[in-house]
Amino acid sequence: MSDEHRRAHIADLVRSRRDTVLDRWVELVAQGVRGRITAGELRTELAELYGLVERALAEPGGTAGGELRAALGEISRSRARQGFSPTETAISVFALKQAVHEQVEASGDTDAYGGFIAFSSFVDDLGLTTFEAYAAAREQVIADQAEQLMELSTPVVKLWEGILAVPLVGTLDSARTQVVMETLLQTLVETGSQFAVIDITGVPAVDTEVAQHLLKTVMAARLMGTDCVISGIRPQIAQTIVTLGIEFGDIATKATLADALTYALERSGVRIVGGAEG
Amino acid sequence: MTTPPGDEMAIASNDDVVRVRQVVRAAAAAAGLSLVDQTKIVTAASELARNTFIYGGGGSVRVERAVSERGRAGVRIVFTDEGPGIPDVDQALTEGWTSGSGLGLGLSGARRLSDEFTLETQVGKGTTVTVTKWTR
Amino acid sequence: MERVPILKIGEVLLVSIQIDLQDQTVLALQEDLADRIVRTGARGVIIDITAVDIVDSFIGRMFATIASMSRLMDAETVVVGMRPAVAITLVELGLSLGGVRTALNLEMGMRLLGAGVPGAGGAPARANGSGGGAGGRSGAAGPR
Repeated sequence: MSDEHRRAHIADLVRSRRDTVLDRWVELVAQGVRGRITAGELRTELAELYGLVERALAEPGGTAGGELRAALGEISRSRARQGFSPTETAISVFALKQAVHEQVEASGDTDAYGGFIAFSSFVDDLGLTTFEAYAAAREQVIADQAEQLMELSTPVVKLWEGILAVPLVGTLDSARTQVVMETLLQTLVETGSQFAVIDITGVPAVDTEVAQHLLKTVMAARLMGTDCVISGIRPQIAQTIVTLGIEFGDIATKATLADALTYALERSGVRIVGGAEG
Repeated sequence: MTTPPGDEMAIASNDDVVRVRQVVRAAAAAAGLSLVDQTKIVTAASELARNTFIYGGGGSVRVERAVSERGRAGVRIVFTDEGPGIPDVDQALTEGWTSGSGLGLGLSGARRLSDEFTLETQVGKGTTVTVTKWTR
Repeated sequence: MERVPILKIGEVLLVSIQIDLQDQTVLALQEDLADRIVRTGARGVIIDITAVDIVDSFIGRMFATIASMSRLMDAETVVVGMRPAVAITLVELGLSLGGVRTALNLEMGMRLLGAGVPGAGGAPARANGSGGGAGGRSGAAGPR
């Protein structure tokens, strides 16, 4: 008996025993997800998948295969976002194997057994698709959270009327530097501030890309008609900048945040005088 | 992987350059690009549309949604002309180089502003420039 | 083709760009401005781009051209209101805008030209009460 014949056999079984297999599948998955999805929702979801599985088995290489993968991808992504575990997600697919296997056993049909091996690897394939989509969605969730954290960790503070500062603490990567840059420039516009101090006292090291981003921030700030000072450059960072040959040109750099503030105050015409009482 | 079919429009006048900017802006916003990234890709498109009009003697542009291998959304823009082509691509991509009235930032600038940049050109046949920008 | 209107406020010409700039409009604006500077003897030009959402190399070059041109006619040019996204893009594009002076907003641009906005003099919180003159990177323009 040919492989094709065996496959057809399973396709027949899946079609003819649709209700039994589907019911069992829903039941198995429901156990796996422990009531976090209602039975109704689960049934609708799985019934749709079941239809696609039937079609994919009936016409291998047809369009149903692609649709099935897309539908599985969608379900996996939504599971990942809702915080389901990988097992809870994968069971949705693998439980189908058990549901079909039970029917094969019940039928006692040896030909169906042959077909079941092919069917099993078909389901394994779908399981891999599911897992890939799940992992990608989790990565996205992590990336989103990282971005939120990044926004939290880049406060723009007002030092004086018209003078803003961004005290940066921790490792600067390219993405975070970009967020800092955009937030700072936007705040300059919103507050009508003419000076910005980027303080990197709390930054242990910078790479070429980050140094370039800082440089670009200063240049963009200038294009907007504001002045940007970088303060707190540590010896190691100064060394990096020189070694990498990054041209800081005429950009104002100050040793400390206090020096930068003094510079900005002077530039904005504020005179600091000691002893107010006379 | 690309979602079909993109908007295709002709670039035959200065007005069309403005229209390309608007279409790209809408597509970039729909793809979920940040404001800065929208601005970058619209600016790149503006440079390339002007190139197509001035150096390519007019042509067409296709703006389409795209999905990267890692599943990120993005926008892809393909400029095509049947103009004279570019004899020396390396030189054309050199910063500051220009054969016309521009500042010479057209091609090199567009390349820096996009995430992916490809240029196919054949002297006497025409030029196709494709730029893509992904969401971060 | 639309033309960009040029307003005259005291000795300053104000160009507020509110439309999507087409290349021909850009060229016409350069000509119109040159003409108006000569006719009015204006001392300053302010180009307000608060409403402009992209500046490509052609538009950027217009700023530089207008600035050099007006300087020849003894008028100072200030570009005001550049959006952050536009500024970041210009830096990435590699366009430095040469000697064009810039200010955050119209009011600061006016001050830079020594043509203060009536009733909007100095920020009250300022210690020197003068409203801070030396804002631009090239130092204060007007005589004090």
